[in-house]
Amino acid sequence: MMNERLNSQVMNPAQTRQSDFVQIIDVVKNFGDHAALNHVSLTVKKNELFALLGSSGCGKSTLLRILAGFESMTSGKILIDGEDLSRIPPYKRPVNMMFQSYALFPHMSVEANVAFGLKQEGVPKNEIQERVDDVLDLVQMRKFARRKPHQLSGGQQQRVALARSLVKRPKLLLLDEPMSALDKKIRQKTQLELVNILEKVDVTCIMVTHDQEEAMTMASRLAVMSEGEVIQVGAPSQVYEFPNCRFSAEFIGSTNLLDGVVVEDEPDHVFVECRDLPQRLYISHGITGPLGLEVTVSIRPERVRISREKPDQACNYARGVIKDMAYMGSYTLYHVALESGKVIVANLSSMMMGLNDAPGYDEEVFVSWSESCQVVLTS
Amino acid sequence: MKLNRLLGRWLPSGRTGVIAFPFFFLFLFFFVPFILVIGISFSEQRMGVPPYTNLTQIQDGVLNIALNLSHYQFLMTDDLYLATYLSSLKMALISTLCCLLIGYPIAYYIARAEASLRSTLMMLVMLPFWTSFLIRVYAWVAILKNDGLLNHFLIWLGLIHDPLRLYHTNWGVYIGMVYSYLPFMIMPLYAHLVKMDLALLEAAYDLGAKPWKAFFRITLPLSKNGIIAGSLLVFIPAVGEYVIPELLGGADTLMIGRVMWNEFFDNIDWPMAAAVTCAMVLLLLVPMALFQHYQTKEMEELS
Repeated sequence: MMNERLNSQVMNPAQTRQSDFVQIIDVVKNFGDHAALNHVSLTVKKNELFALLGSSGCGKSTLLRILAGFESMTSGKILIDGEDLSRIPPYKRPVNMMFQSYALFPHMSVEANVAFGLKQEGVPKNEIQERVDDVLDLVQMRKFARRKPHQLSGGQQQRVALARSLVKRPKLLLLDEPMSALDKKIRQKTQLELVNILEKVDVTCIMVTHDQEEAMTMASRLAVMSEGEVIQVGAPSQVYEFPNCRFSAEFIGSTNLLDGVVVEDEPDHVFVECRDLPQRLYISHGITGPLGLEVTVSIRPERVRISREKPDQACNYARGVIKDMAYMGSYTLYHVALESGKVIVANLSSMMMGLNDAPGYDEEVFVSWSESCQVVLTS
Repeated sequence: MKLNRLLGRWLPSGRTGVIAFPFFFLFLFFFVPFILVIGISFSEQRMGVPPYTNLTQIQDGVLNIALNLSHYQFLMTDDLYLATYLSSLKMALISTLCCLLIGYPIAYYIARAEASLRSTLMMLVMLPFWTSFLIRVYAWVAILKNDGLLNHFLIWLGLIHDPLRLYHTNWGVYIGMVYSYLPFMIMPLYAHLVKMDLALLEAAYDLGAKPWKAFFRITLPLSKNGIIAGSLLVFIPAVGEYVIPELLGGADTLMIGRVMWNEFFDNIDWPMAAAVTCAMVLLLLVPMALFQHYQTKEMEELS
């Protein structure tokens, strides 16, 4: 059904809305018996920076290589701006890629590397020079134009690779783990620089990363992938605040998961009984599901409060003992063991508590959280 | 204790020893004989043992050193030698080019084959070395003769009616040289091609280069050092080759190796043979220096 609807849209390119600039439709890729991609469908809007996020082997790189044309798909369809890519070889696609290793041609200067793509296109010489200069200005590498790649630092190489993939003004830019070859220290700065450059040139962009921080910093929307399937798609904040399953909740950031059973189901609230808590959990919204449904409740560590006195609320708290503490500078990570043995993780901002009266090892404390910060997961 | 320290001061350190041993070996068995050859090239032929005169003579307390330059003069004036040198260079050059044209696709194919297959394929390339060089060249005699295997086969196929004249011609020499030296071309080419980052080719495709263009713009330039190394490894020994032209070549096949042999063993003119040898080494110094140059350059690039 879904496919038919999408396919009928394809017949009429005029109908293609801007939100469907890149359409990945029911793509399957099998390597022998192993399904690397299992019926993946995604759409990417124009000028959006979309991230494919997942651990290694989840199929994100395979999807990127299919988009670039280096792998063929077993079945499915990919459209960019209404144009079917399936039968177009990589050297004719309106797609350029920035490689994980950058793949700069070692025997060519920075300038020649960037000009390579334009030469293949047969762009006139003076225009090549102009466009190469422009894009090198954009990434602030003009003064290194005559250097060879091995004479550049990692960050400089990355910018040359970016310039080389932008100079042909691709309809779709692919970034393969753009930060993985950089030192951790310069990564954060580079992430923001890269986003700024991409915003300046108005390019639609799909990046692959295993680093959730990187995806959250850079992407306007992201897809969480696991075992060849898309688990959740949404803006970073949406996926973080409202994960739709255990996998998303655990993969994006860290979280506390409490297993339980729905024991009271009203339109405006729900009670969940948890093995690990002495009282029921109160959820301030209704859920779709029958009584007795097994659910998991996710509570982010930064939403958990720690206090010495019993909190002034009837539900959503527990008594425990501090088993572990890690001072992280801007916050302190507490591991609180409940009576059941379950460990609740809490981040306490250093700003919120004075260092002197902070709870210490083996101290008995209460952990609590407000009803609105709980997310009920049914899978 | 004291002795140890004394010895330690006088004996070279372990590292120096390790380096010194091969140098000493080369000095004794390569450099000294070569100096002797240079000496012989300046002496005069005589009947007896050894068949050349001494360069130095002490007569009435006076040391006389007689350097006889006539052999070098003869080298310059006799057209035969010049023609032989040129012909040697030409045959070595053509053989090198053929080795490159045949060897490159083989090395490329092996480097792109599955990793588990590569070592087996390289083993096959080197397999001929398990048989003596001489025997392998003799085998070519049996193949190339007028009533040899190749001609029988081609006639049987109906492609030709009269046997091809390959044996005792330059064609035979080319076939023998390309066959014998091909592995020396394939090995360095393979070593360069196999370590190439395949992402570079993908990047080239991604930027709009068709596969053949990507080959000429990326793969070929990046294997340049392999091409140079392989070519010199074939060219240098091919110039001085003796066995192949002797066994497969005809009377008109001019190569320095044969001329040297003739001077040494047929004319028993050791000084002339030594002069021919020295001239050949001088001739080969240029490509050898080039080889060294590219080797060091590559080592520097790697570090």
